[in-house]
Amino acid sequence: MGAITLQNVRKSFGDVEVIPGVDLEINEGEFVVFVGPSGCGKSTLLRLIAGLEDVTSGRILIDGQDVTDAGPAKRGLAMVFQSYALYPHMSVRKNIAFPLKMAKMPEAEQKARVDRAAKILNLDSYLDRRPGQLSGGQRQRVAIGRAIVREPAAFLFDEPLSNLDAALRVNMRVEISDLHNKLKTTMIYVTHDQVEAMTMADKIVVLRAGRIEQVGSPLDLYNSPANRFVGGFIGSPNMNFIEGEAARRMGAHSIGVRPEHWRMSTTEGAFPGTVGVAEHLGSDTLLHVELDSGENVIARAEGEFPVHHGDKIWLTPQDGRVYKFREDGLAA
Amino acid sequence: MARAVSTQTKIGWTIAAWVVALLIFFPILYTVITSFKTEQEAIAGFDLIPSFTLQSYGEVQTQNDYIRPFTNSVIIAVGSTILALIVAIPAAWAMAFAPTKQTKNILMWMLSTKMMPAVAVLVPIYLIFLNTGLMDTRIGLVIILMLMNLPIVVWMLYTYFREIPGEILEAARMDGATLGQEIVHVLTPMAVPGIASTLLLNIILAWNEAFWTIQLTTTNAAPLSAFIASFSSPQGLFWAKLSAASTMAIAPILIMGWFSQKQLVRGLTFGAVK
Ligand SMILES: Nc1ncnc2c1ncn2[C@@H]1O[C@H](COP(=O)(O)OP(=O)(O)O)[C@@H](O)[C@H]1O
Ligand SMILES: [Mg+2]
Repeated sequence: MGAITLQNVRKSFGDVEVIPGVDLEINEGEFVVFVGPSGCGKSTLLRLIAGLEDVTSGRILIDGQDVTDAGPAKRGLAMVFQSYALYPHMSVRKNIAFPLKMAKMPEAEQKARVDRAAKILNLDSYLDRRPGQLSGGQRQRVAIGRAIVREPAAFLFDEPLSNLDAALRVNMRVEISDLHNKLKTTMIYVTHDQVEAMTMADKIVVLRAGRIEQVGSPLDLYNSPANRFVGGFIGSPNMNFIEGEAARRMGAHSIGVRPEHWRMSTTEGAFPGTVGVAEHLGSDTLLHVELDSGENVIARAEGEFPVHHGDKIWLTPQDGRVYKFREDGLAA
Repeated sequence: MARAVSTQTKIGWTIAAWVVALLIFFPILYTVITSFKTEQEAIAGFDLIPSFTLQSYGEVQTQNDYIRPFTNSVIIAVGSTILALIVAIPAAWAMAFAPTKQTKNILMWMLSTKMMPAVAVLVPIYLIFLNTGLMDTRIGLVIILMLMNLPIVVWMLYTYFREIPGEILEAARMDGATLGQEIVHVLTPMAVPGIASTLLLNIILAWNEAFWTIQLTTTNAAPLSAFIASFSSPQGLFWAKLSAASTMAIAPILIMGWFSQKQLVRGLTFGAVK
């Protein structure tokens, strides 16, 4: 249950082509994250899978069945929206039970399932409240509760954490990963935050302007980005790019070096530069360096690295940690 | 976070609010007081204590039956409001949930019709009423008041419907609701408060409408607004009687307004208060 296939799926709004053609295979039980800059078509793709938008052309299969023309109710998927989309006039209990009521499940079974979901999500004591009386994190859990009671073929999440504050976001991230481990149901999760993608996904789908740039496990994407865009998008702080003479010497149009892959020295190295801002975080040190050749790059050292604003520094890429890109952006 | 307001400032504002409220309410209060006076008292000059006579009320009732215009008022106000809602709900719904490039323009155009004084279209409408036999009929007034208030009704409903997030409807669809179930379990409960506010406000507007009701009726279909007017002209002014008639005309709507205060405030703030 929960294998989803997209075959040459296209979507246009009027004259504007938002998804120019996507092929994708999602395996049963996988946690798949769609990631990409805002406006790249992540939500649109998710809503096409949900059935909330009609495809312009192409096919969508769930467990081998063609659902391209089936309405959202027929697809057996559950969705958690960014705005939570709870029913404001219903209690938490009624909200969670709503999909069961629509499925005409017997009352006793409904109650049992709601209670079980409430237990998993720590909502036991809020069941009689209205959504308006809950905090953001609690509302999010109600929305998840409403999704899990139906035991859907797959869960669809559209940026579910973006309305929460940073600390809660980290907690909920872990809770959702936990839930996936427990339920082992397919989850498709949309986010623009590459940290969420890296920490939660079995498989990441990187999107840009409605096109898939690369599909792979988090470490695949980190270790061998297919192109400059993926290289720059995955990893934090972002990959540094250097063009010109230095890149040409290595036989590439541009080279990329991740901040954590510089060797730093105060005496010698491949790229001399000057420390701009030095961020001493204790656990690591982030140095913003202006290279003598003009580029601004970021370098990260584990632990403490004792340099300060204005100091001279030499950066050298670690062996085998230089990504080479061609003029068209593809990995060389 | 509420800012700390000094007690003095608070008292100052409270007094100011009471003064303004009394100023606004005073004409109504004085009308009610005058209705309990004799005609001599009424023209004698300013006096807040009436002799509490019911004489004027009796005269009003014998001279000009109250029940008929009252019934007309109820039928015209409620009828025009319900008709307006029947037309406006689908219109506002479409504009809120399936807007096109022209939606804003259509709304503005509708509102712009309210910027023209009613008297500008009096002659054509008068002639249409004469020629179609609608003159001095309840159905004629129901239609004209419905048309007059339609822009406001559509605007109010549109504002309310816009507040219903589309994602909630989509959530219902994902939860397996059919269109019918979506309407019954999700749409209606969320739309009803807005519709109720619109209904109440529009009933009040229609009840108090005095231009068209006076122009387009003589006796048969005359509602309470025309009933008041009938005491202000023929044999000179009789203040006590006029006041009694006015009090009788506004009492029902005032009572209704009192009992539906909460809904009305929502209605008047166009959904700004959540
Ligand atoms: N209903 C719609 N009508 C027209 N354009 C839309 C509609 N929904 C989305 N778009 C456009 O499609 C593009 C992708 O949107 P979306 O899928 O929401 O991006 P993301 O979720 O990645 O931020 C955007 O340029 C957006 O303006
Ligand atoms: Mg989005």
